[in-house]
Amino acid sequence: MAMSEVELKTLIKTALPDAEIEITDLRGDGDHYAARVISEQFIGKSRVQQHKMVYDAIKGGMGDALHALALQTGTPT
Amino acid sequence: MSDIKDYIQSEVTNNDVVLFMKGTPVFPQCGFSGQLVQILSHLGVAFKGVNVLESDDLRQGIKDYSDWPTVPQLYVKGEFVGGCDIVSEMFELGELRDYLSEQGISFAN
Repeated sequence: MAMSEVELKTLIKTALPDAEIEITDLRGDGDHYAARVISEQFIGKSRVQQHKMVYDAIKGGMGDALHALALQTGTPT
Repeated sequence: MSDIKDYIQSEVTNNDVVLFMKGTPVFPQCGFSGQLVQILSHLGVAFKGVNVLESDDLRQGIKDYSDWPTVPQLYVKGEFVGGCDIVSEMFELGELRDYLSEQGISFAN
């Protein structure tokens, strides 16, 4: 099972409305993505907490619908 | 299930650096696990590798333990540090060395 780029972006955007999101489909198979997510909601949070917020946003998708999501998070500069 | 939690707890308590991974440090069976083995080996950090493919309970148990959906998972002094993305990013930014030093972990390089 795969997830479309739009679906993925929508899920993240719903949980983190202010987020700036860049998604790359690494293999063009809708199953291996890289995402860069920048949000003010990450301020003061550890990297683990930031990544968890994104994983929570895509719900059970991680490791299930999505085989791989290389994630990079950050705060606006 | 609580047996698994106890097992994980004792591994991360009794070993300063533990990598829960797919495969073994000598023979990783997943690219992401292999990448973290390479980083730790490059730094010359002594670590214990735990192969989650050996048991379904462990494979699920480690995800529940840290509330983190993927493997590999790196633990230092009992604390979950991160998965492949976070540890790789820390390494590239030079933060991993500082972090290990702060935790009193010795490494060769």
